[in-house]
Amino acid sequence: MTFEYAPAPESRSVVDIAPSYGLFIDGEFTEAADGKVFKTVSPSTEEVLAEVAQAGAEDVDRAVKAARRAFEKWSALPGSERAKYLFRIARIIQERSRELAVLETLDNGKPIKETRDADLPLVAAHFFYYAGWADKLDHAGYGADPRPLGVAGQVIPWNFPLLMLAWKIAPALATGNTVVLKPAETTPLSALFFADICRQAGLPKGVVNILPGYGETGAALVEHPDVNKVAFTGSTAVGKAIARQVAGTRKKVTLELGGKGANIVFDDAPIDQAVEGIVTGIFFNQGQVCCAGSRLLVQESIHDELLDSLKRRLSTLRLGDPLDKNTDIGAINSAEQLARITALTEQGEAEGAERWSPACELPTSGYWFAPTLFTNVTQAHTIARDEIFGPVLSVLTFRTPDEAVAKANNSQYGLSAGIWTEKGSRILAVANKLRAGVVWANTFNKFDPTSPFGGYKESGFGREGGRHGLEAYLDV
Amino acid sequence: MSDVTRLGVFKTYKLYVGGKFPRSESGRVYEVTDSKGKWLANAPLSSRKDARDAVVAARKAFGGWSGATAYNRGQILYRIAEMLEGRREQFVREVADAEGLSKSKAAAVVDAAIDRWVWYAGWTDKIGQVVGGANPVAGPFFNLSTPEPTGVVTVLAPQESSFLGLVSVIAPVIATGNTVVVIASEKSPLPALSLGEVLATSDLPGGVVNVLSGRTAEIAPSLAAHQDVNAIDLTGADEALAKELEIAAADNLKRVLRPQPGDFSEAPGTHRLTAFLETKTVWHPTGSLGASGSAY
Repeated sequence: MTFEYAPAPESRSVVDIAPSYGLFIDGEFTEAADGKVFKTVSPSTEEVLAEVAQAGAEDVDRAVKAARRAFEKWSALPGSERAKYLFRIARIIQERSRELAVLETLDNGKPIKETRDADLPLVAAHFFYYAGWADKLDHAGYGADPRPLGVAGQVIPWNFPLLMLAWKIAPALATGNTVVLKPAETTPLSALFFADICRQAGLPKGVVNILPGYGETGAALVEHPDVNKVAFTGSTAVGKAIARQVAGTRKKVTLELGGKGANIVFDDAPIDQAVEGIVTGIFFNQGQVCCAGSRLLVQESIHDELLDSLKRRLSTLRLGDPLDKNTDIGAINSAEQLARITALTEQGEAEGAERWSPACELPTSGYWFAPTLFTNVTQAHTIARDEIFGPVLSVLTFRTPDEAVAKANNSQYGLSAGIWTEKGSRILAVANKLRAGVVWANTFNKFDPTSPFGGYKESGFGREGGRHGLEAYLDV
Repeated sequence: MSDVTRLGVFKTYKLYVGGKFPRSESGRVYEVTDSKGKWLANAPLSSRKDARDAVVAARKAFGGWSGATAYNRGQILYRIAEMLEGRREQFVREVADAEGLSKSKAAAVVDAAIDRWVWYAGWTDKIGQVVGGANPVAGPFFNLSTPEPTGVVTVLAPQESSFLGLVSVIAPVIATGNTVVVIASEKSPLPALSLGEVLATSDLPGGVVNVLSGRTAEIAPSLAAHQDVNAIDLTGADEALAKELEIAAADNLKRVLRPQPGDFSEAPGTHRLTAFLETKTVWHPTGSLGASGSAY
């Protein structure tokens, strides 16, 4: 006998989305200089949520000038005062977290379970954490009285819109910088709501400026001569373009880019926990996570047993309305991303890997992709090398720990990895050899504001989170 | 006995690559003179192929050197200081010639360079505690961040400070477990090439430091673009070359150090130690102690 779930939708009434939004510059909402606008849609229904002003080069200049004007006073404030603004922001986010969770789910397509239990708590915690640093920078290990850089130009992605905003803005403000931030074109709304939180917190005008727009807006921001610091999270291709763009300028840059994380399961691993970890690793946020465990490396002797368990588990995942509290898999963020995932999985089949998905009915409107496994994958396959950024897991096998390490490290990326084994010394030995910035042992996709996050190799440079995350915004 | 003065024996200056002393594969040399224009030696004029060979040697050495204990690396760096102390007179002469310094000033430079090896020898097993540590995450997890070496680092040694500057840019890079391909001062490469002889007798594994001499602007672009180089230090590059190299380095997202000009006789601080370190953070559940022991 099977039990059916009754629908359990979270109410939309908690959030009030205006029909249109402006740019947030110098404490005011304003239209773009050229009057351009774009629409943001809900990826689960394709419903238009709002019309948003699209910042051009002139608006970037306006915002950078506002941030520059604000910098003098903001950086001269006692750290203890800056701290209190950030604590206020953290508290207001906590107060408004249900509203923001629903908003984020609508604009991004990810399940409410995730925005409610992961994104929003982490956003508030991040501001709370860096608030506490603002008056303790003398003790952070960067010398006495470390100075801020100036105006930070920040470009963030659509996969964790508000969380990525928090990762960028909290340390920047704590250290005394002012900010011009460009949210992703498909998910501008939570950043614009954040502008309202700045208003409620009484943040001085110009300290935070929000410029929705496309790639050109980001490029104009990165290029602006009066920007002292560039922080980017997104694709490795754009990261490289930014590194070229700022060459010779002495702008400080941090890049948090792509990944192809290896999740390594040894034959002595607790299978049930490992299966949960594999699912979290690749299906959290529909796999649209730079540190996703997108390559499963299974010890050959347990391959069949593990795959059977994994397939059984995938068959129980619930895909559908992201606002439903029982939903595990939400919508893909955009038609463009869906097309990319589709193309890469077709290539996986064409190159000879074996494709499997659970029986799974996809909604008729919106952007959807069923959880997908590929077996018989070799290291040369495109789906084992390129970041898919979707709910697609490539399964490879290994025989010895050395082979597991060699395969895990055989990637241009080096952001994350997972290890599943009951043997402590093996965890430490393998973790030691993996060229990845974050290693999760017997767990996966855990985040915390105190824990530095960032990559090796072409996954970027610099760390976000923890004491390490301060360095990116200090002149040291 | 006749009173004919004994004719000195010249040294053939050679590169130091993979623990060996090759000439440039190109067979080319260039004339090195002292500050007054007097001939000192013919130094190898390294080619792009020499640079690629040096990267292969540095990559091969990386596993062993980065995997050595920090204590072991510290002892080897200290051994370099010991070996230099024994050849102090030679380096005083070479630095005086290279930089046009009086003997006493050159001696002060060499002494400072020896002391700099001692300073970094002591850092190898301390930097991990200074920049790493436990992170108090809000959950039942053990969470530890540790620094790890970035990998193969190309260093453009300072053009003016041919010895103290050179030591000041390579010692911090290898102290933390990276391996190095260094392009010596173009005008004054001889102290760097002689340093190779010291490194070769200091228990430093071959390939950890590789010394090239020649035209910086000829060798550096291929290293900045090399896909198996992880980082580049642009100390010895002028503005135009630095920009060109930064653009090339973006291709595989090398870590780029572009320091402000500084005085190498000043206390170095930790900036160069941390420039080529990655931070690795490892999580593990702490579980709870139930009747049957730990669980997660």
